[in-house]
Amino acid sequence: MSEPVPYPLLLAILATVVAILFAASLLTGVSGIGVVDGISALFYPAPGQDAVALVMREIRLPRAILGLATGLSLGLAGAVLQGYLRNPLAEPGLIGVSGAASFGAVLAFYTGLAGWVPLALPAMALAGALIAVLLVFAIAGPKGGSLRVILAGIAVSSLAGALVSLTLNLSPNPFAAYEIMFWLLGSLADRSMDHVAIAAPFMVAGWGLLALTARSLDALTLGEDAAASLGVHLGRVRLLTVVGTALAVGAATAVAGAIGFVGLVVPHLLRPLVGAQPSKLLPASALGGAALLLAADLTVRLAAPDRDLKLGVITALIGAPFFVWLVLSDRRAAE
Amino acid sequence: MRHRPKIIGRLIRSLFSGRGLWSALRPWRAIARLGAAGAVAAAVLALPCFAAVPARVVSLNVCTDQLAMLIAAPGQLVAVSHLAREPQSSAMAAEATAFSVTSGAAEDVFRLKPDLVLAGAYTTPVTVRLLEQLGVRVERFASATSIDAIASDLRRMGRVLGREATAEALAGAVSARLERLAAAIAGSPPVRAIFLDANSYTAGAGTLMDSLMAAAGLRNIAADLRLTDTARLPLERLVLGKPQVLLVPVRYGQPSQGEAVLDHPAVHGLIGHPPAVAVNGAAAVCATPATVATAEHLAAVGRAYAKGQGMTDE
Repeated sequence: MSEPVPYPLLLAILATVVAILFAASLLTGVSGIGVVDGISALFYPAPGQDAVALVMREIRLPRAILGLATGLSLGLAGAVLQGYLRNPLAEPGLIGVSGAASFGAVLAFYTGLAGWVPLALPAMALAGALIAVLLVFAIAGPKGGSLRVILAGIAVSSLAGALVSLTLNLSPNPFAAYEIMFWLLGSLADRSMDHVAIAAPFMVAGWGLLALTARSLDALTLGEDAAASLGVHLGRVRLLTVVGTALAVGAATAVAGAIGFVGLVVPHLLRPLVGAQPSKLLPASALGGAALLLAADLTVRLAAPDRDLKLGVITALIGAPFFVWLVLSDRRAAE
Repeated sequence: MRHRPKIIGRLIRSLFSGRGLWSALRPWRAIARLGAAGAVAAAVLALPCFAAVPARVVSLNVCTDQLAMLIAAPGQLVAVSHLAREPQSSAMAAEATAFSVTSGAAEDVFRLKPDLVLAGAYTTPVTVRLLEQLGVRVERFASATSIDAIASDLRRMGRVLGREATAEALAGAVSARLERLAAAIAGSPPVRAIFLDANSYTAGAGTLMDSLMAAAGLRNIAADLRLTDTARLPLERLVLGKPQVLLVPVRYGQPSQGEAVLDHPAVHGLIGHPPAVAVNGAAAVCATPATVATAEHLAAVGRAYAKGQGMTDE
């Protein structure tokens, strides 16, 4: 298959874009800290730079790291799910994995469990994500028909959204009801290194498992029977996909809320550039997801710094028109 | 900002001035006429009589709740709002348990047969308008944006309830305490402080909290940052503002993301580790004698800080 851009060059470009956006994320904030000032305070704070160092290390750095890691998780999980289910609409947000992870995190956080057991927050989010993936896979059946995957996903994600709202409305803390938006649309505002510490290990483990599916996904493009005859252990691919997605998306959602559309848009944009080969799509999609999320978070901060816009709003503004385009082009191809 | 409610009120009034609503209210009028308490029904239907001392007062606003509880004669105050019993919103939550609570819905209030309803400027305008159309006298109290409102609101409540003497005694005591406080902080260097509320909100210029801080000899960094009213305070600004005293809210028992910001490592790591003083939001929501007590407490914290830092007091 033809590649309009040589694959190594594509990865290099994507990595550069991610690096630039990461740096921009560190250097963007309401208080105009200069570039030199900020970078020196981040690595070697001069005496008298304590406050700037605190801002750079405890406020901006965790936000940039979580933007990168969350985007990476969503982009990678989207590419793997689409490859495994051979369904262009499979995406953590659309099939309810993010929503269910949100519900798990909400249960852990608002019951106070997360305050007692430090790892309860990511663990419950992970459990929510795991249940959602298993449910969708079970309902969709082994052949994973497009329609059934999406219908199952809609059922799971609306149920999860309703349970999130219900739990927060029933919380005796009056602030909780206003936090429905955070859990359903996601945000990186005021995240800290504590959040990085509880989510990063799970996300990294998830990336490892998802990356292991690459070869098998290539074989799966030929169909399950052909893949099995090529020596692909279907049960193993399924397990890697389920657990990897739950780890990566569950942990990301536990600290940043449910962010939609990243896992849908990014693999689609990059697929033509890598020659539609899943194993090549995975790294590209991971980097693309990180770039998109960092860009969305920058947009949130630059467009309305005092408003705490939710990330899901920006990703949906990009994703929804894309979704329409996807449906239209699919229709055109069918006619 | 402050003109908006007036405009909304006028719009609602113009909407409701038509015959539609009046005829819709016919069942109410019938019920009122048939009511056993003929005197009350007559009072309800008659033009409001402002000179009379009200006998059955219902309060719909957490601030008027507290003023009325302080001043009303025994039995005069029939019901208070449900917020009056919430310690986070009401400085007199314990006292409020002695009164019955109204949901604030028009039919609930009307069932209590009040001859005076106390409301805040922002109390659900539709409900209040409906009560007025039913002939109930309503007194609205604007929300306080200055500590000076404590004495003036107490005196007005005294006039409204026909309890001028009680109100005057309370208002006089408040003014005397504020004068003593002003004398105590005179000449002290201002201590830089800021209020970090849940969800990273802060109290800027033009808020009761800002006025309270000024009375306590604290210099509000949020006002220096040109923030007005209740505004968002990004954590970066908080850190770079280098507060010497940090005011935080009293927490609700159950966790929330909004309050989690108070535990952010950047807040714990604030330069110089300023003392964090928990301020009950109730004291800064309504201008009551509890607000003065909070100002006195903050002034003591500020003076202790200045002393500890060797900032000259005399």
